[in-house]
Formats: sequence, C-alpha cells, structure tokens
Amino acid sequence: MSITIKDVQHVANLARLELSDGEQQQFMEQLNAILKYAEKLNELNTDDVQPTSHVLPIVNVMREDVKKESLPLEKVLLNAPDEEDGQIRVPAVLE
Amino acid sequence: MALFELSLQEVHNKLAGKEVSVQELAKESYKVIAETDDAIKAFITLNEEGALNRAAELDKQLRQGGERGLLFGLPAGIKDNIVTEGLTTTCASQFLSNYNPIYSATAARKLEQAGAVTIGKLNMDEFAMGGSNENSSFYPTRNPWNTDYVPGGSSGGSAASVAAGQVYFALGSDTGGSIRQPAAYCGIVGLKPTYGLVSRFGLVAFASSLDQIGPLTKNVEDSAYVLQAIAGYDASDSTSANVDIPDYTSALTGDVKGLRIGVPKEYLGAGIDPRVKEAVLEALAVYESLGATWEEISLPHTEYAIAAYYLLASSEASSNLARFDGVRYGVRADNPDNLIDLYRKSRSQGFGPEVKRRIMLGTYALSSGYYDAYYLKAQKVRTLIKGDFDQAFQKYDLIIGPTAPTPAFRIGEQVGDPLTMYLNDICTIPVSLAGVPAISVPCGMADGLPIGLQIIGKAFDETTVLRAAHAFEANTAHHKLRPQL
Repeated sequence: MSITIKDVQHVANLARLELSDGEQQQFMEQLNAILKYAEKLNELNTDDVQPTSHVLPIVNVMREDVKKESLPLEKVLLNAPDEEDGQIRVPAVLE
Repeated sequence: MALFELSLQEVHNKLAGKEVSVQELAKESYKVIAETDDAIKAFITLNEEGALNRAAELDKQLRQGGERGLLFGLPAGIKDNIVTEGLTTTCASQFLSNYNPIYSATAARKLEQAGAVTIGKLNMDEFAMGGSNENSSFYPTRNPWNTDYVPGGSSGGSAASVAAGQVYFALGSDTGGSIRQPAAYCGIVGLKPTYGLVSRFGLVAFASSLDQIGPLTKNVEDSAYVLQAIAGYDASDSTSANVDIPDYTSALTGDVKGLRIGVPKEYLGAGIDPRVKEAVLEALAVYESLGATWEEISLPHTEYAIAAYYLLASSEASSNLARFDGVRYGVRADNPDNLIDLYRKSRSQGFGPEVKRRIMLGTYALSSGYYDAYYLKAQKVRTLIKGDFDQAFQKYDLIIGPTAPTPAFRIGEQVGDPLTMYLNDICTIPVSLAGVPAISVPCGMADGLPIGLQIIGKAFDETTVLRAAHAFEANTAHHKLRPQL
C-alpha cells in the first residue's frame, strides 16, 4: 500500500487540515515511510488475539441524574474568539 | 541554588523554624530562573505575581501553626499541557497561545492542596508530541548539561528546569516515554505511574489510553512524596483506577534483598550505545551486591512496539485534537469562507508540522478501509506486548534496563527524520503500551551527558519500583551530580 498525493488530500480533508503543496509532498513521503515501517506488524499472526483498547478493565461511570450547577456564562465565554449577546458567533452554517 | 539542594525534611524544618519563608523559596526560584533560563528556555509562562501572593498567603498560614506536609511551600513547575485556572496553558502550541483555563487539573489542584507553589508553566513538544522539545512552537528547551543538546521530551522543560535547580520539583506527562526519557537525558528522576493511578482530568489529551501525569524530581524520595500527593481516584476521569493508595514513602527502606530482576535482552541489544549498556550492567552489579538477583529475559514483541504505538497514539491524537476547531477557544483564522473553512484554516494556522503529521497518520489509520489493517492490528499487537510483561512479572518483581538507547543528541540532529526520532523511545514505549509503572534514575555519564536506568514494575506496584530506585540511589552518587550553567 502506497499513499498518493490524492490520498493525502483526502485524509487532510477528513482531518480538516489545509496543506500547502510542499506540505502535501512532504507528508506523502513521510507517511509512506512510517506506514512501510508499520507493515512490520504483519509479521505477527494475530488471528486469535483480542485487541487491547485500554490496559485496565474500563466500565461506564455513571452519576446520579440530579441537577447540577452549570458553568457561569462569563467562564464559558472567557476564551471565545468571537461573541455576541452571551453567545459564541461562528460563520453561517447553512448557505 | 543551595536551598533546593536541601532534602524535603530539611526545608520543612527550616520553614517550621522560621529560618526561611515560603516567599524566600519562591523568590529563590525566580532568581535562578533569571540567571539560567536565557540559556535553557525551560519556561513558557511565569506566574511570578500569583506565586508570590500565594507564598505570602502560605507564610501567613505557617505563622498560625499546625502540621504541614513535606511539600508545603515548595516551588513547583508544571508542564504546560496540565491546565491551571487563570494561568495561561498553551501546550507549546500556537493554537492555544492565548488559552486561559477556567479550571485546574486534578493533579495541579492536589499539589496546591499540599501547599506547593506554582512557579510557572514548562516548555514541551507541542501537544506532547516529540522526544526533544524541538517541536515546541515557541522555542526549544536546551539541555542544562550542554546547551547544544536536546533535553529530551516531551516533558523537556520539566526535566531541564529541575536539573538546573529552577524549581524544587516539576510535573510532567508521559505517553510513550515523555517523563522518563527527558529525566534520563537531564540526569534527574522521572516516574511514570501505572495508567489510571493519577487522574488525567485537566491533562490536555494526546493519546487517552496511554497518557499519565507523573513527577520529575532530583531524587527518589521527592518522587515518592509528589506521587503520594497526586495519586488517587477521581470521579472526573472515567479511566481513573479506584484502588487503595499505599504509603509510598514508607517503602523507601533501602532493602532489596531477594528481589528478582529480569533484564530484557532486547533492551541491551542492537542500537544500544555501549556506554549505556555498560552503565546498566554496573547498576545491576550494585543490585547484586545488595542481595537482589538478576537474569536475562526476553520480551519477544519489543521490536513491534514502536510501530504499534505510533499507529495507536496518532489515531487517538487525531480524534482528541478534533476539538481544536477555533470555535470556543484558541486560535481562530480571519475571514473564513464558511464554517468548514474556519475549522480548516484555524487548525492549519494553529498546529505545527509534527502535530499535523500525527493527525494525518491517525486519520489515515482510522479511515474507512484501513481501520482493520492499521488501528485494529496495532491494538492486537498491544495485547501481545502486554502479554510479554504479564508473563515476565509472573517470575520477576522488576524489569530493569536503560531508559533510552543513547544519551541526549544534538539539537537539529534528527529533526528531518521522524522515524529515527521515534526509535529513541524503543525502551519506554513497550512499558507505556503495557500500562505498568516505571522510573528513570541517573546511573552514569557519557562525555558529560547523563544516562538513565529504567526500573519497571507490576501494575500498581509503584512501592517496589520506588524501593528499588531508592536503594540504588542510596548506594551510588550519580543523582548528586549537577550541571554547571
């Protein structure tokens, strides 16, 4: 499997990244090198091996369904790049 | 610098005896920073006004009497991916250059409860991605032993700051070696606790199944006290382990008689600098002289760890970093065409090259058609790697080897070659994938640069790890060496 410029553009779109032509070229070469190295994993037969997502047994953590205080508005908006009337402003979602 | 060379108990006694004040300790910290940080660039943000106010407050408490813990009044540095309320937290990224957290991480809050004083926020590789601090988007930190060399990473600022005597101790985070490797390169002690022992609440997520916060200190005793302060269950972290926390400090008995140590041949084979190997073998001789036994073992899946790690960590990172979209906080690009364009432009302007590279790798590994071949495969290999450790720990109490295959390398030496850079983590990554605890302690020098010994324990057996590290320290003088800046 070898990654092409088209693959790089597709993945960049999925990742919401805008890459220059130079970056696309560089990432294509570097990702190919890293993925080639990763093919090493295929030396191992893992047909009967369970995947590990976490080393600890993870269980859902539930809390009581009780009303709790929300963050105060000024904290929510403290880092907002653009705000108006207590809301965060973004460009139009529907065109 | 002499104040920070005193032991915890000595500082404690001086505070209690009014020979020194908390404010004097904090001022000492800023004095050393003023003298040394132009050379090493360990800090991103200083908290001078906040710290001196807090020190005054703590001095007032001290005058009121009462019992204080040993961390009371001590100047601490905090890695800049651990959020601190009201104190800028950047993750060394342009994306968060103006980010003002509205809460503090549990680990930071616990330190505060123990009476530590936050001196400032420490430099790192951007979003903890890297092993040299060259990926900081502000400036690289330099190794205090030789400023032409990297301090390691990603907690390079934390390690360099402690080694240079700027702070009494520091917090870092470790995903694939990011506490242990910089500790080794800077000649100090770095502990990565068992996954789940220290809350990740407020640690900006890189790879959630691997990230752990831990202490970077001048010696093992300090490490035990800091761990004691930050360990424990936290309902705010769904992966926090609900286990009893032992008294780590009472484990420092000096007694290692009868301990069974396994030494993986894979950690001393090809690619390991002969000077590093020599130092590790000398350390094993010390353990032998103290009544422990060691023999060579095999962790047969070691050679697959780096490939599995970079697929898993990058996949998790690509998902975790999706939150940085320029909407609620952080950088927002000017004049976007529409909402999608706002995400795209903000992220592209805010992230540096290594972060983009890993987001790309992770997105690819998770994308339709490749998930099974890369991500799922890597998760299965992780099971095999963890199995290596499970099996070894049936027979051995500890596994010991080097922390890194070489001493620190020159700044710029490996920048163009991400794969070579990744191979520096060969001895630390398998441990991270297995989720078990490990400490790096100084065990020698090579051409003026420190070497680290890695002591790996069973899950939640930090007690034995600390006991063995402490015994080594008590019978050697490596940890007493200091860089001349």
